[in-house]
Amino acid sequence: MERKEAKDRNAIISEINGPVIKVRHARSFSMNEMVVIGEEELLGEVIEIFGDQATVQVYEDTTGLKPGLFVQGQGLPLFAELGPGIVGHIFDGTQKPLSAMYRDSGPFIRVGKTAVALDRDKAWYFKPQILSGTKIMGGQMIGVVQETDRIAHRVMIPPNLNGRLMEIVPEGLYTVAEKIAAIEDEKGEVHEIKLYQKWPVRQIRPYQKRILPDKPLFTGQRVIDFFFPLAKGGTAAIPGGFGTGKTITQHQLSKWADANIIVYIGCGERGNEMAGVLLDFPNLPDPITGRPLIERTIFIANTSDMAVAAREASIYTGITIAEYYRDMGYHVALMADSTSRWAEALREIAGRLEEMPAEEGFPAYLATRLAQFYERAGVVITHGGETGSVSIIGAVSPPGSDFSEPVTQHTKRYVSTFWALDKELAGARYFPAVNYLNSYSGYVEAVAQWWQRKAGLDWVKLRNQALTILKEDARLMNIVKLIGEDALPDDQKVVFHGAQLIKENFLQQSAFDPIDTYSAAEKQVVMLQIIMKFIERMQDTVVAHRIPVYRIMELPILEELGRMKVRYKGDDLEPFKKILNRLEEQFDDLFKRET
Amino acid sequence: MTVGSGLQYIGLFRVQGPLVFVKGVKDVGFGEIAEVVTLEGKTRLGRVLSISDELAIIEVFEGTVGLSAINTKVRFLGRPFEYRVSAEEVLGRVFDGLGRPLDGGPPPIAGKARNINGMPVNPVARAYPQDFIQTGISAIDAMNSLVRGQKLPIFSGSGLPHAHFAAQIVRQSSLLEAGKKFAIVFAAMGTKHEEVQFFRKDFEESGSLKKVVMFLNLADDPSIERLITPRIALTVAEYLAFEENMHVLVILTDMTNYCEALREVAASKGEIPSRKGYPGYLYSDLASIYERAGRITNIGGSITQIPILTMPDDDITHPIPDLTGYITEGQIVLDRGLFQKGIYPPINVLPSLSRLMSDGIGADRTREDHQNLSSQLYAFYAQAKRVERLASIIGEEDLTARDRLFLKFSNEFERKFINQGAYENRTIFETLDRGWELAMILPTRDFTRVQPEEIKKYGSKAAVDADPGYGDPENGKPEHENEAGKWKD
Ligand SMILES: Nc1ncnc2c1ncn2[C@@H]1O[C@H](COP(=O)(O)OP(=O)(O)OP(=O)(O)O)[C@@H](O)[C@H]1O
Ligand SMILES: [Mg+2]
Repeated sequence: MERKEAKDRNAIISEINGPVIKVRHARSFSMNEMVVIGEEELLGEVIEIFGDQATVQVYEDTTGLKPGLFVQGQGLPLFAELGPGIVGHIFDGTQKPLSAMYRDSGPFIRVGKTAVALDRDKAWYFKPQILSGTKIMGGQMIGVVQETDRIAHRVMIPPNLNGRLMEIVPEGLYTVAEKIAAIEDEKGEVHEIKLYQKWPVRQIRPYQKRILPDKPLFTGQRVIDFFFPLAKGGTAAIPGGFGTGKTITQHQLSKWADANIIVYIGCGERGNEMAGVLLDFPNLPDPITGRPLIERTIFIANTSDMAVAAREASIYTGITIAEYYRDMGYHVALMADSTSRWAEALREIAGRLEEMPAEEGFPAYLATRLAQFYERAGVVITHGGETGSVSIIGAVSPPGSDFSEPVTQHTKRYVSTFWALDKELAGARYFPAVNYLNSYSGYVEAVAQWWQRKAGLDWVKLRNQALTILKEDARLMNIVKLIGEDALPDDQKVVFHGAQLIKENFLQQSAFDPIDTYSAAEKQVVMLQIIMKFIERMQDTVVAHRIPVYRIMELPILEELGRMKVRYKGDDLEPFKKILNRLEEQFDDLFKRET
Repeated sequence: MTVGSGLQYIGLFRVQGPLVFVKGVKDVGFGEIAEVVTLEGKTRLGRVLSISDELAIIEVFEGTVGLSAINTKVRFLGRPFEYRVSAEEVLGRVFDGLGRPLDGGPPPIAGKARNINGMPVNPVARAYPQDFIQTGISAIDAMNSLVRGQKLPIFSGSGLPHAHFAAQIVRQSSLLEAGKKFAIVFAAMGTKHEEVQFFRKDFEESGSLKKVVMFLNLADDPSIERLITPRIALTVAEYLAFEENMHVLVILTDMTNYCEALREVAASKGEIPSRKGYPGYLYSDLASIYERAGRITNIGGSITQIPILTMPDDDITHPIPDLTGYITEGQIVLDRGLFQKGIYPPINVLPSLSRLMSDGIGADRTREDHQNLSSQLYAFYAQAKRVERLASIIGEEDLTARDRLFLKFSNEFERKFINQGAYENRTIFETLDRGWELAMILPTRDFTRVQPEEIKKYGSKAAVDADPGYGDPENGKPEHENEAGKWKD
């Protein structure tokens, strides 16, 4: 896939309409080929061919382009450069290196040619792990580079190349541009191998086979891990109106999820949010290794003021990078904030092509594109024989917070976990504003065993007990709304207060609380056990012994229940055990006093 | 016949709404500015919306009324819309919606010509906004804190006092900036004369007129011009902030009129609409305005944006407030119900939000208890609103004692915390103390969001100091009512 020689300069612009241009004399172009436009070399991609004309979407601002300017095919589709120098860096939607651009041309983004994605001058210490002469298969690892302190970058040969390793360089410093190995393929052709490879972003990277997800992507967020878990290699959507917490949730997952690599795509969102993570991540330690989070994170930023077509591409650039690290045997979690902006970019381009729209102006292929994207998630056995996974978490921004709109609806068809964010909860500053009635997870069974081992108890049962109370409470709330809480019979009051405890003391979790921002699995279990114990005793006291609920609501232990999440980290479970003991004591006392 | 690199053409192929179509053009760039010269020799400005080998479509900012197909001349200027800025030539000045002087002064000519569309900011170059701005308004400072470099719109409704409210923010936050390099850029889009007069008078009275630049497209000015006004204003703001290192506050009013102008053009072009006839790119278009706020690493100045928009029919799900909320860093929502109760400013804190708040407040910025107290007040107020709904069904008498306390809280919170005089400037500490006093209406075991130590340190103090004048809310009049009425005159 090397670049074609500069060809005829026949192809010229015939029309410009926003980010879409029409090109004449474009017979040599192929579909999805990359093109560069004019002297400034704006980047574009062929998205339609008819006769000797082609339509091109331009990844940069087209102001000032004129009919008659020449357009040059590049002979290869939009690709990503995959090699060391990605982790810890930030790129735009077409993988232009934003830090290098800032260094070279200042705080504002200019159109035209920039530095390439991977720094050509930086030397990496490469350690070969295979001898020359060996037979070798596509995707196989030939050596490693320590990319960051925590990421060993496994250098692989491109997936579609099989043959014999003819030579490999000795251990030492090499730039990504240097040859490190040569492979003779089955036809006897010799291929040069470098530390990096190119891959067309719209094409899924191959693997040996898919396997079913069976481990949670543990996030330290209770409502997610305990009630609506995501599995490694699974898919999740977070829909919610503006300000309901999609971005914060994705930031939380980027910080705390137990993945090896995080790919964070800011797709048509705010510049300041990217500035925020770029400020935070170099200083935040990862809860498992203690290394700065930036050492496992890759940012793709196409903020809302950047070119709209590149926003469309950003999703593909991100997922291709994610697959590449998956192929090394890593667990990768990809966040896309927001897939709605990506869909809108599709809509805008489709509109300029005057395609017949389906619902709400979106093109008819919206659902197909969404499916293609989410289907790139999964747990796989790689060509190199490793197990790796890509999990996708996509934010959805429904217009007017109305979940019946096309992007939310189509997304729902292809994701297994759905974290529905609720405007009213967010308004009350109840976070995470996950509506536990509309949310669901298709991975409960898949991750049950993991929890079982972790907690040594029937996790599914505990989860279901709590959920039952919450659902029952939701039903009661409709009545309470009409007649007030006081009019409920005592056994229902128990449900009402029990649900309150689960909501306030377990589910509610502030991303900004220094302790509660991350909740270890053991802490999650013990907290819910305490709360469920309280509810059980309350039920017993009220129903069997007719002690009024308000007497129970005066127990001092309640204050401890309210504060346990922000007080104890959970690395030591002793304080929780003490709370549990005091809880039992206080109920026993109450019981003695009252009967 | 050429001007710049452009050429002049005679005759229009078609005129439709605000658009003119010119055939047979050559060497014209996308987004280029064109001068449309009428039979009488008057010049109107326009911009190339799409261009092909044979046809240019131009939106004419001053409208197409009176243009004839045969005699109209179109001159392409070979460059995008540019504006020249220098601090000496713009501060204290008044311009029209296309940046031409309205005050009798000369047009700015000294500075470098700048493309009014600006350029996207490299996110790597952004400095994260973290400096708290005290507006002196409790509902903002405590509950939805504004920070320097934020874009925080006001969602209003027709007839609500957004102008007075915005003017108060400008007045009180600029007080703090006294001595620092500070400027106000004011852009009116389809705004009523009255409202613009009001702002002008307010700037004058507070002595900030010399620091203000005004760009005025009034209600009876050509509507398409509104697409340009905020962009010129922001070009000036960027110059002042990033080259002159000033802290710039930008008021854009009313974004609803802007969006309607955008819809008018899109409809004339025959584009496929998305919701309510607005074009599918409304989000991106609005972002190209709102994202021009913030701070840049190693540059002293900042742009803080306060766009104002009226929600059609008070509907927050309407595409204009909806897409705005998806782009800006929060929103302040004005509420008709509170307004009718006589609360000023009528801010409904529940749907309001400041996303940059958590990093702009706290121990070394405002006070250690700020975040938790604010969260607690939110929780109480949200609960209180649920109780109010219940009370309206079953009657107050049948409420539990606890619920009655919530009712009391809600009442006092609105009257003593949200409500304040248009000239009342509270320090953040006054505001937080007041918040504690009100929170203490409820029993401490209901405090789920604050720490016991915080209650001890701030809450108990508030309970002791509690103003004896705070009587029973059901009876006695709230003491700030008179002050609250002030904005009316
Ligand atoms: N888990 C959380 N803990 C504490 N606060 C939260 C949490 N989630 C959200 N918030 C609060 O809600 C605000 C809005 O959240 P966020 O920016 O994530 O919304 P969003 O859904 O991404 O909105 P938009 O669609 O407009 O981008 C945050 O600024 C923060 O104050
Ligand atoms: Mg967001």
